[in-house]
Amino acid sequence: MKPLILHLRGAVVSTLILTLMCCGLYPLVVWGIGQEVFPHQANGSLIIGRDGILRGSALLGQNFSGPLYFHSRPSAAGASGYDAGASGGSNLGPTSRKLADQIRERTAAYRAENGLAAEAPVPADAVTASGSGLDPHISPRNAEIQADRVAKARNLTGDQVRELIRAATEGPGLGILGEPRVNVVWLNLALDAE
Amino acid sequence: MKITDWLQLDLFLGVLALITRPLGIYLTRVLDPHGKTFLDPVLRPLERLTYGLMGVEPDREHGWKQYTAAMLVFSLTGLVMTWVILMCQHLLPLNPQGLPGLSAPLAFNTAISFTTNTNWQSYAGESTMSYFSQTVALTIHNFTSAAVGIGIAAALVRGISRHSAETLGNFWSDLVRVTCYLLLPGSLVLAVFLMSQGTIQNFKPDDTAQLIQPSGETATQVIAQGPMASQAAIKMLGTNGGGFTNANAAQPFENPTPLSNFVQMLSIFAIGSALTYYLGRMVKNQRHGWAVWWAMILLFTGAAVFCWWAEACGNPIHQSLGVMAADGNMEGKEVRFGIFNSSLFATVTTAACGAVNAMHDSFTALGGLVPLFMMELGEVVIGGVGAGLYGMLVFVILAVFIAGLMVGRTPEYLGKKIAAFDVKMAMIALLVLCVSILGFTAWAVASEWGLAGLNNSGPHGFSEILYAYSSATANNGSAFAGLTATPANGDAHWNLTLAAAMLIGRFLMIVPIMALAGSLVKKKISPPGAGTFPVSGATFVILLMGTVLLIGALNFVPALALGPIVEHFLMLKGSLF
Repeated sequence: MKPLILHLRGAVVSTLILTLMCCGLYPLVVWGIGQEVFPHQANGSLIIGRDGILRGSALLGQNFSGPLYFHSRPSAAGASGYDAGASGGSNLGPTSRKLADQIRERTAAYRAENGLAAEAPVPADAVTASGSGLDPHISPRNAEIQADRVAKARNLTGDQVRELIRAATEGPGLGILGEPRVNVVWLNLALDAE
Repeated sequence: MKITDWLQLDLFLGVLALITRPLGIYLTRVLDPHGKTFLDPVLRPLERLTYGLMGVEPDREHGWKQYTAAMLVFSLTGLVMTWVILMCQHLLPLNPQGLPGLSAPLAFNTAISFTTNTNWQSYAGESTMSYFSQTVALTIHNFTSAAVGIGIAAALVRGISRHSAETLGNFWSDLVRVTCYLLLPGSLVLAVFLMSQGTIQNFKPDDTAQLIQPSGETATQVIAQGPMASQAAIKMLGTNGGGFTNANAAQPFENPTPLSNFVQMLSIFAIGSALTYYLGRMVKNQRHGWAVWWAMILLFTGAAVFCWWAEACGNPIHQSLGVMAADGNMEGKEVRFGIFNSSLFATVTTAACGAVNAMHDSFTALGGLVPLFMMELGEVVIGGVGAGLYGMLVFVILAVFIAGLMVGRTPEYLGKKIAAFDVKMAMIALLVLCVSILGFTAWAVASEWGLAGLNNSGPHGFSEILYAYSSATANNGSAFAGLTATPANGDAHWNLTLAAAMLIGRFLMIVPIMALAGSLVKKKISPPGAGTFPVSGATFVILLMGTVLLIGALNFVPALALGPIVEHFLMLKGSLF
């Protein structure tokens, strides 16, 4: 029994000490560095409007509808989508009838909104929900298809809108990592500022 | 399958190969109580003080029973602490959202989940856990369960490398040194890097934003905040995988850019990969260490390319509805990662970690088969820190045993004769995995409570169940996340059976492995002769991969045929459920 009691002391004391270091000191040091060196990122890359009102985060998508805005991807986060307190995907599988029905509806709506032919293929990101439900990005092709609709609704030229798309486009990291993508939140804010 | 994607794969494997040796050398110093590291001036006094308060002598080594007992007592202590904190989080500080305490079964499941390095999430992070629970109750295990795993692996390696001895090292010294010299500094660097990419680290309550385009029912967006970077770093480095948020590394704060994604994948594999170098160094046969590394990497690369191919091919059902075929299967994936980085991450994480950057539940049938199969191999391809190496060494023992049988000689591993007891212990460790995964799956499939948790029907529903128990038993923690383990009616079957599977997969595997280490350490080393089977070189790599695949396939292909494989053919036929 004696070794077990010794182990118990070791276990309790080491748990307490390591808790202090790993769960007290460590997150506080990271917090300190974050608030000093990367205050913007560490607080959520928040976008504050000119009037001082919080408009969202550059990293979190929002819902957009109607002809005036570029539309984000469908979202399964929260009841009405893009709930940044309840991230998540649809978790519907490849043979899910529900998912197939959703994609059928979304494809039809996307074609109708953007004046595509009835059989025209639609970018996958435009009709599928992301893993987080908060994806702030769409593919460049998806943005290009929506460009003419937005230009027409806002009385802008196609070139003006495409210039804004270019400004909101992020290339692959280090030149090869990941995919090129358009940040919808930035893009729509830039449109409103135009 | 673009050329840039192939380049990314090369870059990933190349960088991993480059860091293996330096990190492996550092590990040998950390795992030697008298090893010198550049952190000694800061940490050595702290380390001594810790031993003093604990009342342990770091130089007094443990035999296998003492080492195991200390590990069990330590794990139990942490488990109880976490369970209590989670149930009482409403009474504790740092709870600006005013979240209530967790129910007993959910808290029990979560405590076991983190103690066993699984980090299965029966809860939704941002809406269930207070900041105190996240940073204390969960993060402590992210460190210590990883350190325990590395300690067990080191004990087994000592058992192999020493001869005519009794002891396998001091558990407390391994625990403290791995945590302080390896995991803490590594996490600190990683957390700062993640913040530079956009990961949050604050203690403020959730923010509320006025939407750019308010719609009738919603005009605001609640933005979950919290101390995320510190936790996201150790969840990768310690191969825990429990996300700060429900969507884990798919959530843009947790994994903001393709660069952060790359570094996260690398940090999942870093320590596991370096441990193979540690093995080679300790047994004074570096070629053996690299042979084990090659077997792991070849298995991994094959699986990653297969998963990537399946996801790039996409879903013919959705393509017939008008989705561009060239885009692949984007349901459940983020645009910034795309098909390739989602598939690669899925293979990395199920080989080792359990964090996800895309929803595996929405992968194509064959794309989802890869993560499932990787876990059913026992997480030995690089694997959870420590757990991957000791799991793989069990396969190594079996491989030399099979080789010995084939040529009709007494099997030998690095000069030690492998006897009946050793093979029995190795087989118990493997069979435990199989019995737990298939046994619990069969029970859940045949029960009402099992089917009540499903999000999908048809063969995909079966896959959800099989995935859950594979993930729990392999101590992975990723999920076909449609499955609801904590139903609103309070039924505790899922949480309790998954908790049991996690305990079995962790401790019923560790105990026979420690017995094996205890048996090996006593043996004499005989010099290699003309008939000794070499444990390095291509023949050995192929034999080891064959053993892993054969055992994995024999155990699990029948179950996989009922899930993803039949679903694949139904998907090609256009069937819906």
